[in-house]
Amino acid sequence: MKKLQGFKTWVKGRDDQMALFIILCGVLVVVLFYFKDNVSSFLFKDKDSKTEYTEISGENDYNRIENGIHVRTGLIDADGLTLVVNNCTYCHSAELVMQNRMDKESWIATIRWMQRTQNLRDLGEDEEIIVNYLVTNYPPIDKGRRAVLSNIEWYEFKE
Amino acid sequence: MKRRNFVKNTLLGSMTAAIGTDIVFGSMMPNHYKPLALQEPDPFKLFNLDDSMVVLNSKPWNVEAKAHLLDDRITPNKFMFIRNNGIIPENIDVNKWTLTIDGESVKQKRTYSLEELKSKFKQYTYQLTLECGGNGRSEFDPPAKGNQWTIGAVSCANWTGVRLRDILADVGVKDDAVYIGYHSTDIHLSRDPNKEPISRGAPMPKVMQNETLIAFKMNGEDIPLSHGYPLRLVAGGWPASVSGKWVNRISVRNIIHDGAKMTGTAYRVPCNPVGPGEKVKDEDMCIIESMPVKSLITYPKSGAIIKEGNSLHIRGHAWAGELEVSKMKYSIDFGSTWNDCSIEKPINRLAWQHFKASIAFPKKGYYEVWARATDTKGKNQPMLLPGWNPKGYLNNACHRIAVKVS
Repeated sequence: MKKLQGFKTWVKGRDDQMALFIILCGVLVVVLFYFKDNVSSFLFKDKDSKTEYTEISGENDYNRIENGIHVRTGLIDADGLTLVVNNCTYCHSAELVMQNRMDKESWIATIRWMQRTQNLRDLGEDEEIIVNYLVTNYPPIDKGRRAVLSNIEWYEFKE
Repeated sequence: MKRRNFVKNTLLGSMTAAIGTDIVFGSMMPNHYKPLALQEPDPFKLFNLDDSMVVLNSKPWNVEAKAHLLDDRITPNKFMFIRNNGIIPENIDVNKWTLTIDGESVKQKRTYSLEELKSKFKQYTYQLTLECGGNGRSEFDPPAKGNQWTIGAVSCANWTGVRLRDILADVGVKDDAVYIGYHSTDIHLSRDPNKEPISRGAPMPKVMQNETLIAFKMNGEDIPLSHGYPLRLVAGGWPASVSGKWVNRISVRNIIHDGAKMTGTAYRVPCNPVGPGEKVKDEDMCIIESMPVKSLITYPKSGAIIKEGNSLHIRGHAWAGELEVSKMKYSIDFGSTWNDCSIEKPINRLAWQHFKASIAFPKKGYYEVWARATDTKGKNQPMLLPGWNPKGYLNNACHRIAVKVS
């Protein structure tokens, strides 16, 4: 009798395990279905963080820094780089950022213009970090009313 | 395997970004296959540019020439600056391309096929100077926002097409027409299909000029993709942004056209002069029309070292927007004395003019040759930067090259 009871308990336990297994499978299916559109972006993020690893191994690296320069964009590696890369190089190239040397006020005016006409998002707290990066690493250069000729490549002139 | 998937995924992602549409069946694409649009990511090959051209911006594409590259009398494609506000259109089907004329001031809307335009209207060819309104922006202090053009955002190619005035006469325009605005198939940088990267235009007197063309050929061949294939509005002598590329619609307006980059600070300068860095209200900004008098020394290249006693032959081009250049001078002593260059008449209205001079240097040393054009209204190019303006337009300061006599 005791033996039978033991068997019954065992079977019941099996049933519970089975039920749990089936429920878990169901949950997994639901979760997968729910996130199916985001699976690639999960993969993307996952791989993106793995690029840190490839940097060390010397393989082709999406966000490699060389001599203080973010190789893919040419931007200076400093506080705020990632925010600048992510927010400022989606619509236009980083070249447009680097060739514009403006003060804080002008950058904020430019950001407002991009928000008004170019679908730039509200940058929230990121705005200050981005503007600081820009004015620190790409400050305006005084040019005066007419600069001297520079970078002249001298050559022997032959008619 | 995962890594390969990732590479393929990111490649597809950037392809999608570059083309602007989803790549259908992207997952079935063979690993080595790239869509046509991306087979050549090198802009020099993609746009058939000379190696010496300077890329200012790769998205959107903005490329300029250097002075010595512009030595040809008629600018070939390989030395032509490229200025884009948005992304170059993809999948252009010329067989289906049409030009629609609409707007408040047309008697009725009308659509033409390319073939119709070519066969129905008389064709004309003019050599037309196109200069970016922001050419020379890099010299302004305090700096002005935008692509930092130096001197190479100007060209003078042959454009073949039909007169816009002939098309408008065929459509029928009401008396209240004041402006036209162009619409094009380029893509906004944000990829918002409801936004146009640029939609500018010109007032009716400019529209009705003989030289204002709806062009389909540049230098005798189909217009290159980067310059507006298959159809471009060409209005010489005005900021090149008036000459809309990839045009498929012209609206005849009963108001000053209010499309993208017609308002705010875009292609506008303070109506009254302002000090460097001053804030200017939108309502105090006026639309740029004719470009100012300007010139370039295209030969020799800056940096020439010549032997004492030898004279130096210089040459170049000069232009003056709607006007002509009446006088051309050079100085080798920073403007203390000026000497005449010979200057040719333009081959047609709104084409640049060619100048040349032979220069003797008094002794050894470092010199700069400065060139200065004067327009038919007596206006000279300034030696210093002209009036500062918020977007850094209209820098027509004298061009100069360095020369050493040894």
